Amino acid sequence: MELRNPVMTASGTFGYGTEFQDVVELGRIGGIIMKGTTYEPRQGNDYPRMAETTGGMLNCVGLQNKGVRYFAEHIYPLIRKIDSRMIVNVSGSSPQDYARCAAVVDTLEDIPAIELNISCPNVHDGGMAFGVTTDGAASVVKAVRQAYHKTLIVKLSPNVTDIVSIAKAVEAEGADSVSLINTLMGTVIDIEKRKRTLSIGTGGLSGPCVKPIALRMVYQVAHAVDIPVIGLGGICNATDAIEFIMAGASAIEIGTANFLDPAVSMKVVDGINEWLDAHNVASVRDIIGVAE
Amino acid sequence: MLPRKSIVDLTVRSNQSLGERFVLLKCTDTSAHLPLMLPGQFAQLRVDNSKTTFLRRPISINYVDIDKNEVWFLIQKVGAGSQALASLQSGDILNALMPLGNGFAMPTNTTDRYLLTGGGVGTAPLLYMGRCIRDMGGRSTFLLGARTASMLLELDMFRVLGDVYVTTEDGSMGESGFVTQHSILREQRFDMISVCGPSPMMKAVARYARKTNTPCQVSLENMMACGLGACLCCVEKTVRGNVCVCTEGPVFDINELNW
Ligand SMILES: Cc1cc2nc3c(=O)[nH]c(=O)nc-3n(C[C@H](O)[C@H](O)[C@H](O)COP(=O)(O)OP(=O)(O)OC[C@H]3O[C@@H](n4cnc5c(N)ncnc54)[C@H](O)[C@@H]3O)c2cc1C
Ligand SMILES: Cc1cc2nc3c(=O)[nH]c(=O)nc-3n(C[C@H](O)[C@H](O)[C@H](O)COP(=O)(O)O)c2cc1C
Ligand code: FES
Repeated sequence: MELRNPVMTASGTFGYGTEFQDVVELGRIGGIIMKGTTYEPRQGNDYPRMAETTGGMLNCVGLQNKGVRYFAEHIYPLIRKIDSRMIVNVSGSSPQDYARCAAVVDTLEDIPAIELNISCPNVHDGGMAFGVTTDGAASVVKAVRQAYHKTLIVKLSPNVTDIVSIAKAVEAEGADSVSLINTLMGTVIDIEKRKRTLSIGTGGLSGPCVKPIALRMVYQVAHAVDIPVIGLGGICNATDAIEFIMAGASAIEIGTANFLDPAVSMKVVDGINEWLDAHNVASVRDIIGVAE
Repeated sequence: MLPRKSIVDLTVRSNQSLGERFVLLKCTDTSAHLPLMLPGQFAQLRVDNSKTTFLRRPISINYVDIDKNEVWFLIQKVGAGSQALASLQSGDILNALMPLGNGFAMPTNTTDRYLLTGGGVGTAPLLYMGRCIRDMGGRSTFLLGARTASMLLELDMFRVLGDVYVTTEDGSMGESGFVTQHSILREQRFDMISVCGPSPMMKAVARYARKTNTPCQVSLENMMACGLGACLCCVEKTVRGNVCVCTEGPVFDINELNW
């Protein structure tokens, strides 16, 4: 899969793209990774689902979505002609569950890729459980690889001791690319109520506060696998994006920063180009992984 | 069709303190006409001058003065974000994503008796709504509640737009008690009630509306991240399941809610 430019928007932070069309020219973004999608519909967790923290936020949305068949029937017709790479983020509760969701997406002509979310910290029945062991991650990718024939991106969890071994395991099962990182598990306490504020107690931390961790993990993984790496975690501007590219990412995703400035993705596209021009660099390819 | 959303760098024209806890910000766009906004819609305001906050803050459209190209925000100082917004001074830039949300259902018949009721800073969206109802040739009844007289906001503006009744919890102005205890609710019947305020108050008004078989819409204030229907953080449980308050609300018919 080729992208027009290396800037994509991260799953769960950009809806299906259409939510942003008044303020973003969607055709200028390299790719749009849509909401987390499961085979069966899910109501998600109770409110409150978010909490703020210095330099970031936590969420425990819990994969609320109407299911992949609803997506195929009602949402796909509305988004298939958007002039960007429209990618479905797939979640599940067992390898078979992931595979049958991916199989539905496989039939949708204008979806060039899926991003497999084996790393969601906010659901209790699976999700991250697969992403935190090499065997679990491999079993999901193996099942999906049989059901899905286009580009398969696997999104990795940072809530592990050795992310490199997991990246290698999914590469060995046929992943075409890995993206990292998903959110870091955290919590927030309301001292007046003496209670954790999020409805399920914990949530996934995202935003600029996670960037150094994400960048370190991208660097490590990019040096260990041969497939392209997609970097994300806290990217807010072109400088952040170029750091990830120099760490070894072939493309990047922007998540939480879309909430601060919904038009940030276009600004990052422009900012990267300006930097390349100012430094006489012909293409982003020339700076991928150049950081020592 | 809802009006088109945009990201606007507003310029603060004035910052007026309304007692200790509230500030009225009047803002303009110096380079263009403000976007079309509906009563009950809101803006996501970027908070630039705060170290501890991270996200934008949802604030209702309090009033739109088309002749002056002004939009007003009425802000209650609760935490760091609202305090930072309340400290903006004339000439400062305020970045707004707006207008967001669905807005109030408007009367279809100008002879309809419309009750607009709210408590505290929840009265904010009712002012612009009253203005729009007047522009349509209708007249609103406002029932406004607060803890004490100094917390009743923008009364002069409301009085220009309709009949104003007030309650205060300490009896310092109008009838004492909560809005739902006001005698007007016993003496008159309305064709539609719109309410915005603290949730116990909205629930009490909703009970009154059910009892009297009056259609009633409420404006919710769930915490928000994106304001665009993308993150699914602001959901409310409804008869249709979890829905986003930022796009399917903030205004809901009470029959849609599990109240
Ligand atoms: C659609 C909508 C319209 C609103 N209109 C107005 C308005 O016109 N004027 C106004 O002053 N406020 C309005 N609010 C509420 C306002 O957004 C919050 O008061 C504000 O976000 C609090 O931010 P903070 O940083 O000051 O407080 P924080 O430090 O974030 O929180 C302080 C306290 O406020 C509570 N709080 C946080 N967010 C909200 C929220 N969204 N709603 C209610 N309580 C909250 C927290 O639980 C905490 O106890 C509106 C909210 C919504 C969703
Ligand atoms: C509100 C919210 C919802 C998210 N939902 C998903 C999701 O459904 N699937 C997924 O793979 N990642 C999801 N994520 C994680 C982001 O895609 C991203 O990996 C993470 O936020 C780190 O990037 P950032 O710091 O740029 O936001 C979500 C993040 C947020 C903040
Ligand atoms: S605030 Fe993001 S969906 Fe409502």
